[in-house]
Amino acid sequence: MNLFTFLQNLVNGLSLGSLYALIAIGYSMVYGILRLINFAHGDVFMMAVYFAFFLVTLGKVPWLISFTLAILAAALLGFAIDRVAYKPIRNAPRISALITAIGVSFFLESFAVVVFSGIPRSFRNIYPGFLNNMIILGGHEEVKYGRNVIVGGLRIPVVSLVILGVTALALVILWWIVYKTKIGMAMRAVSVDIPTTSLMGVNVDMVIGFTFALGSALAAVGGLLWATRYPQLWPYMGFMPGLKAFIAAVFGGIGSIQGAVVGGFLLGLTEIMLVGFFPKMAGYRDAFAFLILILILSIKPEGLLGKKSAVKV
Amino acid sequence: MKKVLVLFILLLSVLSLATVKIGVVLPMTGGIAAFGRMVWEGVEIAHELFPEVNGEPIELTIFDNRSDKIEAANAVRRAIEVGNVNAILGEVASSYSLSGGAVAEEKKTPMVSPASTNPLVTSGKEYVSRVCFIDPFQGWAAAVLAHDKLGIRNVAIFMDVEQDYAVGLANYFMETFQGLGGHVFFEYYKSGDQDFTAQISDAMMTGAEAFFIPGYYQEIALIAIQARQLGFFGPLITGDGADAPETITIGREAVNGLYFTTHYHSDSPVFTENAKLFLEKYREKYGKNPAALSALGFDAYLVIRDAIARAGSLDRDAIAQAIRRTKNFAGATGIINIDENGNAIKSVAIVKIEDEQFKYDTTINPQ
Repeated sequence: MNLFTFLQNLVNGLSLGSLYALIAIGYSMVYGILRLINFAHGDVFMMAVYFAFFLVTLGKVPWLISFTLAILAAALLGFAIDRVAYKPIRNAPRISALITAIGVSFFLESFAVVVFSGIPRSFRNIYPGFLNNMIILGGHEEVKYGRNVIVGGLRIPVVSLVILGVTALALVILWWIVYKTKIGMAMRAVSVDIPTTSLMGVNVDMVIGFTFALGSALAAVGGLLWATRYPQLWPYMGFMPGLKAFIAAVFGGIGSIQGAVVGGFLLGLTEIMLVGFFPKMAGYRDAFAFLILILILSIKPEGLLGKKSAVKV
Repeated sequence: MKKVLVLFILLLSVLSLATVKIGVVLPMTGGIAAFGRMVWEGVEIAHELFPEVNGEPIELTIFDNRSDKIEAANAVRRAIEVGNVNAILGEVASSYSLSGGAVAEEKKTPMVSPASTNPLVTSGKEYVSRVCFIDPFQGWAAAVLAHDKLGIRNVAIFMDVEQDYAVGLANYFMETFQGLGGHVFFEYYKSGDQDFTAQISDAMMTGAEAFFIPGYYQEIALIAIQARQLGFFGPLITGDGADAPETITIGREAVNGLYFTTHYHSDSPVFTENAKLFLEKYREKYGKNPAALSALGFDAYLVIRDAIARAGSLDRDAIAQAIRRTKNFAGATGIINIDENGNAIKSVAIVKIEDEQFKYDTTINPQ
């Protein structure tokens, strides 16, 4: 790998990592507040992309409105999932919630197969074309393959810059909600002690429902940007990104929002660099991500930025 | 009352005995569901045109393998044990035909794959056959296309390590291309990957003039998009795994300049009665031109039906042997001869994508 390819791979890794980071934020927030690993996160992500897809193709709704509606629909879906699947077992052992989350995930995937069919669809032409453009630094124009093309140069996807902006915006909004609003205060209280919070007159179910809605909206934002970068929809599209976001969240310290961002970027970079430096290992990049998960869990289970917490037994 | 019941049961059992059952095992959901749908379209048309054999009705039952290797074996087992089928039509991907074919072989049930091109699918088996060409020939044709027609000397091969089809085709391409004096280097990925930027950056650094991507359309389309974004505009060459409309609907302008080797194109000069019949009926029913996999599904059905007619019985061994004695059968994709190893000897059509359309380019015949 020469310096130029290394730099290009750095860009490639950061653009993949920014997506992982964005998806991991929602994952980590729900965990941070409810101590629940929401395995259905990736499937809410998939549902949101399908919402937007059908609004644009069948409903002929402009993309910006479709995307906004899809994010709202995902929030509503998150709220509904909590009411139907998690609320009835609120006081059950934590393992029940985990198993329910996996059940919800399977349900959403199978539902999508039945309703949307298992055939992949295209997300191209749903969003404005400028998101497909690349910013080219350096490089020179020459005639190649019978046409004028820019040869060399570092290529940065425009969509990745948008993702960075959206991630930053999401962090600011989250910070504002959690630290500056009443519901945010309630969320922080729930994260510490649910029974006591409810004794203080807080409607805990509403707070938890809101947390799920917020987390699902973040999943939707991540999903829509993911589909813009990798424009292929199918019912299992959320599975791998969801798992990767989970790994990123654990990597950075699950429950820590900053940790999720750092973990996402590090995971994206590691994956790309693994392929860049050891091309023959490319088939194992998912396995490698799981290896990171195992290593983190065995060496530093609280993750890079996570806090050690004492668990009462 | 009892008599009526006995009579009824007798009638029912006679009816069910007389029905010829063909189990159709295809990926109807999952990564390559588009392939399953296309084959099924062709099978349906064949069934509508020829719904019986030896005066008895043919019953089709579909079994979904969910684009999954393990599920493929399960689906074949279900077809045989639960569906009690006389023969199996399927599967599409070579990996699935390998795992499913092992079950068919064990259960001594004839199976005809419409489109699995890896040599291992039929090798050493007595019950598994196919109506398509095999990868050594397809890989040879792709290498000749790259070297002689496009004048390319350095090729990056993007190999899907999870698919037997891709691994085999990559190696056959490499053998011929190196034999012609060209250079190849490998990039690796696996089915379901969505990000290929690292591999493309690497391939561009090594000076590739073309990419050979012997995988399936989902990844081919994504590799094409990302390659164009990263500044690679050279030709892309693939095998019949690209022959699905999804290559274009997902890839859009990025797949312009993609060549692939395949079994059939509605513009290719095939002059059998069945080819005309198929083309006419397909256009009438679906209002578009058929893809190669639909034609192959049509042919697979007809070959099974023809074998049952010649066998004159529903004995699975007799059908399997009759399939392997298929000679000069005029199908939609051309003349089908199945050799003693269960492979069909056929010509390769080369299709090029231009202006987001599949355009027939040329035909390469077996030597």
